[in-house]
This record gives sequence, C-alpha cells and structure tokens, in this order.
Amino acid sequence: MNILVFVKRVPDTESKIRINHETKAVAEDGLNFVISPNDEYAVEEALRLREAKGGRVTIVSVGPDEAVAVLRKALAMGADEAVLLKDGLKETYDPLRTARVIAQYVKTKHPDADLLLFGRMSVGADNSAVPSMAAEFLGLPQASVVTKLEIDGASGTALREIEGAVEKVAFALPAVVSAQKGLNEPRYETLKGIMAAKKKTIPVIPVADLGLAPEETAPQVEVVSLEAPAAKKAGKIVPGTPEEAAAALVALLRNEAKVI
Amino acid sequence: MILTFIETRDGKVKKSSLEAFSEAKRKAGEMGLPAAAVLVGPAGGEAAADLFKYGPSTVFHLEAPALAAYSAQGFALALAELVRETSPKAVFLPGTAMGRELAPRLAARLGVSLASDCTKVEIRDGSLVFTRPIYAGKAFLTFTLKSAPAVATLRPNVFSLLAPEPRAGEAVRKAVALPDGAVKGQVAEILREKGETLDVAEADIIVSGGRGMKGPENFALLEELAAVLPRAAVGASRSAVDSNWIGHAHQVGQTGKTVSPTLYFAFGISGAIQHLAGMSSSKVIVAVNKDSEAPIFKAADYGIVGDLFAVIPALKAELKIALAE
Repeated sequence: MNILVFVKRVPDTESKIRINHETKAVAEDGLNFVISPNDEYAVEEALRLREAKGGRVTIVSVGPDEAVAVLRKALAMGADEAVLLKDGLKETYDPLRTARVIAQYVKTKHPDADLLLFGRMSVGADNSAVPSMAAEFLGLPQASVVTKLEIDGASGTALREIEGAVEKVAFALPAVVSAQKGLNEPRYETLKGIMAAKKKTIPVIPVADLGLAPEETAPQVEVVSLEAPAAKKAGKIVPGTPEEAAAALVALLRNEAKVI
Repeated sequence: MILTFIETRDGKVKKSSLEAFSEAKRKAGEMGLPAAAVLVGPAGGEAAADLFKYGPSTVFHLEAPALAAYSAQGFALALAELVRETSPKAVFLPGTAMGRELAPRLAARLGVSLASDCTKVEIRDGSLVFTRPIYAGKAFLTFTLKSAPAVATLRPNVFSLLAPEPRAGEAVRKAVALPDGAVKGQVAEILREKGETLDVAEADIIVSGGRGMKGPENFALLEELAAVLPRAAVGASRSAVDSNWIGHAHQVGQTGKTVSPTLYFAFGISGAIQHLAGMSSSKVIVAVNKDSEAPIFKAADYGIVGDLFAVIPALKAELKIALAE
C-alpha cells in the first residue's frame, strides 16, 4: 500500500497561549512545539498497515522550516520518507488553502496513493476540516474520527465516533481517514530509529511551486480580533461537612446560579 | 436566505440542529432575509412537522437512493446542488460529528472556506462575523470569511432555541440526480453502546471524574449521580482515560472533547491546563477536590474542599430531593 500521512507542528497541549494583539496572532516565543497528538495515531496506523500488507509510508507536513522536527519524529517511529510543503504564511486558520495544497500535492506527486491518513483535528486551529476538504478535492470517500480501521484488498471499513454511538463506514480505496484517540497506541521512537531518521534527507517543496494559482492559496479567513477568554471572577468555596456542603451547594445552584 | 442543514437520527430532528436553525432565523431576521431548512435522505414527515414549529420560510427535502445512508460525499453533493440553485448568503450546520465532517466537504465543493464550531455569530455592516474558540478555548478568534456563501458549524448547547409555535407546512421535496459511482463510501450500520447514552458534547450537565476517582469501579458513583440529573453525561479527565478507567469517548479537554454544558461537575480533577481548556466555557462549574490548592478551583464557580467519596452520595441525595420538588 502507498500510504500518505499528513501531520502538523503545533504547540503542546500544556502550553499557555499568549496573544500578540498587534499582529492578532498567538505569541510563539516560549512555546514548545510537537506533532499534533491526533496525528500520532495516524502515523502509527500507517506503520501497522505497512507491517501487515507491505508498501510505503510517506509523511507530509504543510508548514514552516521548523516542521522538519515533527517529520523527523515520524521517521524515527519508522516511516519510510517525509516531505515538507513549505508554507511562507503563518497560521491562517484557513483549512481551504491547506486542503488545496495537500490535494495538489497528492494529484501531482502521489496519484497512486491508496490511503490518506490525518489526525482528526490539529491542536490550535481546531477546524477538523482539512481531511474532509482534501477528500472532496480528490473525489475520495472518507471516514472521520476513526477508532478502528480495517483494510481488505481495495476496500475498507472504519468505526467512527458519533454522539452516543459508533458508525460503521464502508468505503472503497483510495480513501481519506482521520484518526481519533483509541485507534491504536502510538509506539515510541527507538534509538536506532532516531539515528536512521537523522540520516534521511527531507525534501522541501515550496507551496508556491506546486502549480496552484495564487488566488487558490490566498487565505479566505480575515481575522478581526484574537482574544483571551474573559477572566473569571473568583468562585465560592462552600464550607461544612460533606452533608452540609452538599445541601448548601444544591441551594446555590438552584437559587443563585439557577441551573437546576 | 440563510439555509440550515438539519440532522436527524432515527427520523427525529436533533436538538443541536434546532439550535443552529434558531440562530439562522435570528440572523436572517436582522438582515431581512428568509431562513430555510434542508433535510437530506430518509428523514420522515415527523422531522419536517417538528421543524415547521420553528418557522422556516421553506423546508427542502433532498432525496436520492444514494442518500439513504449518510455519507459526507453524497450529502455534500446534494447540498451543493441546492446551494447553487438557491444562492443562500450563508449555510449553517450543527457542530456535531456529522456537521463537522459534512460542512468542510460541502465548503470545498463550493470552493469556499469555513467557520468551524462557532460560539457567536454577529452582523457588522451587513456581513456575518464569526467567533470561535481556538486551542480548545485558550483563545477566541473573531473573523469574517472572504469567500461566499459563508459555511459555518455552530457548537451545540451554545445557541438558544426559539419558542416553538403551532405551525404547519409542507416540505418541498427535491429528487437529486447523483451520478453513478458518485458515492464511494457510506455508513453501513450504527452501533450503539449500552442503550442510549448521551454524549458529553450534547449533555446539559456533565459529571466528570479524574485521578481522584482512584479506580474504574468508582465511575459507577458518577453514573448514579448523572442518572438523577436531567440530560446528564459522565465525563473524564485525560489521566482517567489514559489509565483505562473509562472509554476515551468520555474525555473532556484539548485532546478530547470541548464542551459547553450548563453545569459541569469536576470530581477529583486537579485542573491541568489542557482539561480547563476543554470545559471552561461551561456556564457553571463545580469542583470537588481534597486539595484546596488544586488549579481547578480557579476555574470553578463553586468549590467543595473535601473527600469526593463522602460528597458524591450527599450531593446525590440533596439533588434527588431538590429535583423532585
């Protein structure tokens, strides 16, 4: 199988997000960047499929030069190759242009891909939109938020999480699948893997060289403002024995907060 | 016109879709536009009848054999046809599992970008302005879309419902011609876990547990507490899920689900930043923890410093009495 996995470099989830109001952007100094957590499930699933069925796993990231670090991590986990689609723009919060870049890359460089794997949502932009958009641009079926994936010849089935239930999706390959926690347990990099990953060359393709018209990669999201959440006023500590506190709390929820 | 996609399950309209339609109608009203709704696939007459109570200008019902089961591919194709025919200014969808998968696919088909998981919609100078949480609520992005129509998903439990009125109408049925082989994958089956469990993303009240629950067996206490509350679901912190005490579908936080219930109970949850990000937009937060220094108390409206194993039964007894009144 020819499997492509799309990963994104994001601030880790323990990061405090500070805002630069002048640029209406997140201040990047001091942030620790990692591979987006859901993307690790996608990488792991690709490696398992390759181990079971043979083929190649290619890791792709759209982002700045620094995204090479997350590509190296995926190589150290065991991927065969990685490529950076270098984007001159900072976070645009626009999934359309990212999906166009990805679809164009797949069409021109990997027209024979069997499976496109993504994390269900990247940390930060929180759109959860690029997999669907790329699937549409490529005319492929999709399964999103997947916790179980089976590939059998030219077709696959996936279990996908919906509210209070699970959908079983059947699809033909090639297809787009986005991975959710529960799909697998991502492996740690081995020392051998890390050493091998260091030796690999990661080709860099500027987004502008993919053959898209400039208007196709022009961001369609116009930021008006970026704000921290409204500060919360100090809460009340309800004193007393467990019984007293429980009774007082229920009275407060009913009479003051009016939520029960 | 503002068009709202209405999601149904078992032939019934989901509450999150009515919320999205209610907001569409308010915004359409401000702009002097009609608010229409669209059903796709095997939605029955009951769904249309429910919808008419909220006052849509038109209810479209798109039908085709390939739409009998849900697929983002097929539904996006059908909706894009209707959008081309009716030229709405905006298309709203509920921010559910279906809406979050379908909306971007529809947007791509229309060649436009997307406003995902919005918590606020405004009109400024005649244009729609969207606000949505990013970094799971550590920041809020307010923006406009340069591409038209504006496609947006609206977060469940955030937008208020219009009051239903006794109104009736007839859905406009449209047969959609989907080319052979246009749908290359779709839902084969919906599997339910034990009975009808309410998802944390849809619940009005969430009863969450963390490391302080001490083990998987104690999550039964939270289930019992949730059972006495209306529309309540059990949630969990990442550490509880990573310890395999409860399924990951219950995880609240930046790597789990971002939730906005009316009332959020955090039992034995210290309040890691990635957890706070996922639940801080709850209307009222209650924290119970034996560590008075736990960061969760900074996010809480009400706190009890004490042993959750003593507090939970007492709280359940008090809530039972209060809710029976």
